[in-house]
Amino acid sequence: MIKAILIFNNHGKPRLSKFYEHYSEDTEQQIIRETFHLVSKRDENVCNFLEGGLLIGGSDNKLIYRHYATLYFVFCVDSSESELGILDLIQVFVETLDKCFENVCELDLIFHVDKVHNILAEMVMGGMVLETNMNEIITQIDAQNKMEKSETFIFQSPRQDR
Amino acid sequence: MPAVSKGDGMRGLAVFISDIRNCKSKEAEIKRINKELANIRSKFKGDKALDGYSKKKYVCKLLFIFLLGHDIDFGHMEAVNLLSSNKYTEKQIGYLFISVLVNSNSELIRLINNAIKNDLSSRNPTFMCLALHCIANVGSREMAEAFAGEIPRILVAGDTMDSVKQSAALCLLRLYKTSPDLVLMGEWTSRVVHLLNDQHMGVVTAAISLITCLSQKNPDEFKTCVSLAVSRLSRIVSSASTDLQDYTYYFVPAPWLSCKLLRLLQCYPPPEDGAVKGRLVECLETILNKAQEPPKSKKVQHSNAKNAILFEAIALIIHYDSEPNLLVRACNQLGQFLQHRETNLRYLALESMCTLASSEFSHEAVKTHIETVINALKTERDVSVRQRAADLLYAMCDRSNAKQIVAEMLSYLETADYSIREEMVLKVAILAEKYAVDYSWYVDTILNLIRIAGDYVSEEVWYRVIQIVINRDDVQGYAAKTVFEALQAPACHENMVKVGGYILGEFGNLIAGDPRSSPLVQFNLLHSKFHLCSVPTRALLLSAYIKFINLFPETKSTIQEVLRSDSQIRNSDVELQQRAVEYLKLSSIASTDVLATVLEEMPPFPERESSILAKLKKKKGPGAVSVSELEEGKREGGELNGGGDRGDSSAISTPSPSADLLGLRSAAPVGSAAPSAGSLLVDVFSESGPAAPAAVNDDGFLRDLEPPTESSDSLLADPPPAAAPAAVVSEDPAPPLPESDELLNKFVCKNNGVLFENQLLQIGIKSEYRQNLGRMYLFYGNKTSVQFVSFSTTVTCPGELHVQLNVQTKPVEPLVEGGAQVQQVINIECLSDFSDAPLLNIKFRYGGALQNLTLKLPVTINKFFQPTEMASHDFFQRWKQLSQPQQESQKIFKASHAMDTEVIKAKLLGLGTALLEKVDPNPENYVCAGVIQTKAQQVGCLLRLEPNAQAQMYRLTLRCSKDTVSKRLCDLLAEQF
Repeated sequence: MIKAILIFNNHGKPRLSKFYEHYSEDTEQQIIRETFHLVSKRDENVCNFLEGGLLIGGSDNKLIYRHYATLYFVFCVDSSESELGILDLIQVFVETLDKCFENVCELDLIFHVDKVHNILAEMVMGGMVLETNMNEIITQIDAQNKMEKSETFIFQSPRQDR
Repeated sequence: MPAVSKGDGMRGLAVFISDIRNCKSKEAEIKRINKELANIRSKFKGDKALDGYSKKKYVCKLLFIFLLGHDIDFGHMEAVNLLSSNKYTEKQIGYLFISVLVNSNSELIRLINNAIKNDLSSRNPTFMCLALHCIANVGSREMAEAFAGEIPRILVAGDTMDSVKQSAALCLLRLYKTSPDLVLMGEWTSRVVHLLNDQHMGVVTAAISLITCLSQKNPDEFKTCVSLAVSRLSRIVSSASTDLQDYTYYFVPAPWLSCKLLRLLQCYPPPEDGAVKGRLVECLETILNKAQEPPKSKKVQHSNAKNAILFEAIALIIHYDSEPNLLVRACNQLGQFLQHRETNLRYLALESMCTLASSEFSHEAVKTHIETVINALKTERDVSVRQRAADLLYAMCDRSNAKQIVAEMLSYLETADYSIREEMVLKVAILAEKYAVDYSWYVDTILNLIRIAGDYVSEEVWYRVIQIVINRDDVQGYAAKTVFEALQAPACHENMVKVGGYILGEFGNLIAGDPRSSPLVQFNLLHSKFHLCSVPTRALLLSAYIKFINLFPETKSTIQEVLRSDSQIRNSDVELQQRAVEYLKLSSIASTDVLATVLEEMPPFPERESSILAKLKKKKGPGAVSVSELEEGKREGGELNGGGDRGDSSAISTPSPSADLLGLRSAAPVGSAAPSAGSLLVDVFSESGPAAPAAVNDDGFLRDLEPPTESSDSLLADPPPAAAPAAVVSEDPAPPLPESDELLNKFVCKNNGVLFENQLLQIGIKSEYRQNLGRMYLFYGNKTSVQFVSFSTTVTCPGELHVQLNVQTKPVEPLVEGGAQVQQVINIECLSDFSDAPLLNIKFRYGGALQNLTLKLPVTINKFFQPTEMASHDFFQRWKQLSQPQQESQKIFKASHAMDTEVIKAKLLGLGTALLEKVDPNPENYVCAGVIQTKAQQVGCLLRLEPNAQAQMYRLTLRCSKDTVSKRLCDLLAEQF
């Protein structure tokens, strides 16, 4: 099971956090910091797996991560997941984001955090993988966007929007 | 076209985010956020009704603020309102907010549940998916109660869209994980298994996670999934890389699903059906063959996906542990990976080999890679890889390579990362002991360990070396000589002083013949360390000194001098002062004979499981070391310590004798003494020697050490094992404990609690009842640190009870690890009314002695009550209708508890009836009504309880439509007040 999915940048600023087990808000923030601390001090080209921090369950859990340009994508998983499989899943996630946002960059994640959550929700649900087929995921997202467009078109009035 | 168009988002949100990003300092950011929070708050509180769009925008801002790590304590209601919007975007933001921010906020959950219910029945697949996602994200018990029945229907309904099916499968999985008792198996179960055949790969992907989890819990009911999984896997493995279209990932067909299928198969033993097994072996061979083929792409994703399947296949081969041919191929494949340039593969290969090393077929094959692994330990740049290498060395260690491996691990320790030093120390200590051929090597190794990594040497480790030295007289002289030499070093670790003090105090005489280590030299050496040590070590040294006086009368005056000095006899530490005073007195008044008796050499320790092993297990978490560890012990233990029964399966479970020079935990001399800083006194003076019951203390490793013989006040029904050898104790279920009726009465008005507890075992109960059905969870907790073996429980319905109650149980695991708890579920169906209670018999062996006890299971007729509310008029009308004499049962009895209104009410409610207010004309009285549900019939019951505070008496009257029920309820209740 996937316990948490975290995205943060090179300075440790969280860009997305999704926990599939209940933690208090404080603990969640601590987990993010702890994870950043563990991951960021590692060299490039070392392996992509390491034992989880204490807050998220210690050595029973693994952190599986990839570092893309300015962002770290970290999945915290228990022993029932295949490490390489999760690595592929991160890749699918990133490729999907890339298709949805056209050359995704950190700013896209900042300004469209709800979209990122939606895309993630098409892949992972309650900590288990829902769909791995990128085209299927994008089809779903497209359909949502169409609905959204039609609604925005009708309802959004051109007034000052603050 | 990009799927997300960037221009048409919410402008206000974008502006806010930009503002935050432009903040130069943390303070400025907080200020901006607080301003925004105030703005949103006023908007939400304002008189003007907000339109959906604004609500959505503000909720989105709150989400963003939350993500930045700020608490959000409002906006939940607005989010819930968005749920019932019929616009997709608004609904979706509402659900997102709830999923991220609401965990189980009880006030809102009902509103949320309502919205979800509407969306689930909307037949709009997008809305249904949103709702299912929300359930899966929150996963609270209330949600499980509301939807656990509905979701299986959605999952298996013929007309459900694929995307909804996917979501429903994972949603159900989540509910099953959080509230397994609410997800009832049923007709849908078999249809879920057949989802493995579904056309849509996404459905299979989602369903397989559900099936894997369900199979782990109910292997028998889901057995059919094995053949389905094998045929699905076979179809994927044999397909060309283009067959599966979108599910082909970098030229690898459906890698994720393949991994999951291989994982599912790991829940089961190898298939029995020859054809299925043949097909599976073929698949595994194909996967191994593909690893040797040239890659179809240079991309790392291609090799990742391919190897993900390969590693899972190898894990399955190791799990089956029955195909030598495949095991050797797997081992060779991993061997290749050990030298691969991809760090990830080296890491995973080391990890898989660790499990492979414990297989009999491949242990030897794994050993051939020792040089590579040692090299990895020395040269890998990445600490996580080095750690795996250390784990593997530990796993592949046996008699033939122990010296080499221990030496390598010791030298690694000098530079090892701090985070893993303690674990490494434990591992070295265990290996050194387990594979010691001559004990001088063992002593050298442990002393080296203290020298190199003294700070990480836990108490267990140095206790252990002392235990071993005391038990083996061939090593005592060597040990004394070696510690003496080690103590010569100008700076030596305090742990070394402890070991030195203890060993010289016991065996210093063995080296006293050499003038270089004459008694006085020994004493001066020890005493030169005294002032640098902590209080517990000083206490230990004082005990060593008094032992010196006994061993070497010529040191008496010198030592008395030391004891008499102000720094000892007036020490501000009470323990040290007391020792100094008592030892001084003892040495001056006791005759040599008395002294010799009191300070006699420690007798050998009884042999038990190694406390170090227990510590490592605890450190790694249960299960991490256990099985392979125990098997190791089984395989190797016998030879070393002459225990004899090697390979005997019983050796796994009995704490003696084979694994076990590895093992004294309880009566360790220092162990029994260790509780407070200095009760070493206890063992020095203890007349009965180390076999005396250890003082119970806070330290988990030393606690509950007493063998059952000593539990004189044990509640166990059968005679203590010491009095009757295990073989003689009857295997027949013991008669119920005398107090079992009393225990039963405790549970008449409550459903949860501790049913029984003695020194070994605790039994907790949780139960719930609905209509005429009940489910009871029994939790058996092993309070000791030694495992229970042959643990079994049986529930019987004596006499006519077996036609009145239908009780079903599943057998529990026969092994209960020390400190562990096992759960057993009992399903109960009430067929007709009954008076007796089912009997629960528990049998297990603890330290070889059979424990056998019988309790009454607290299932009483009132558990099947359905409360009935009724007005005063109705109550008395029915009361009159039940006027035949045998329908009434009455008791007048003295109050045995204080007559507290609230307590009485709570008890009556706990009984399961409805407590009717304002029915009885006398407000002091209590009346209740309920219907008892049995399969055969329903029994209406009315109850009236009249307290008399002055006389401290109650009159209890029951009228039921069935006479036996009146009587039984009356009997049960009379004990409660």
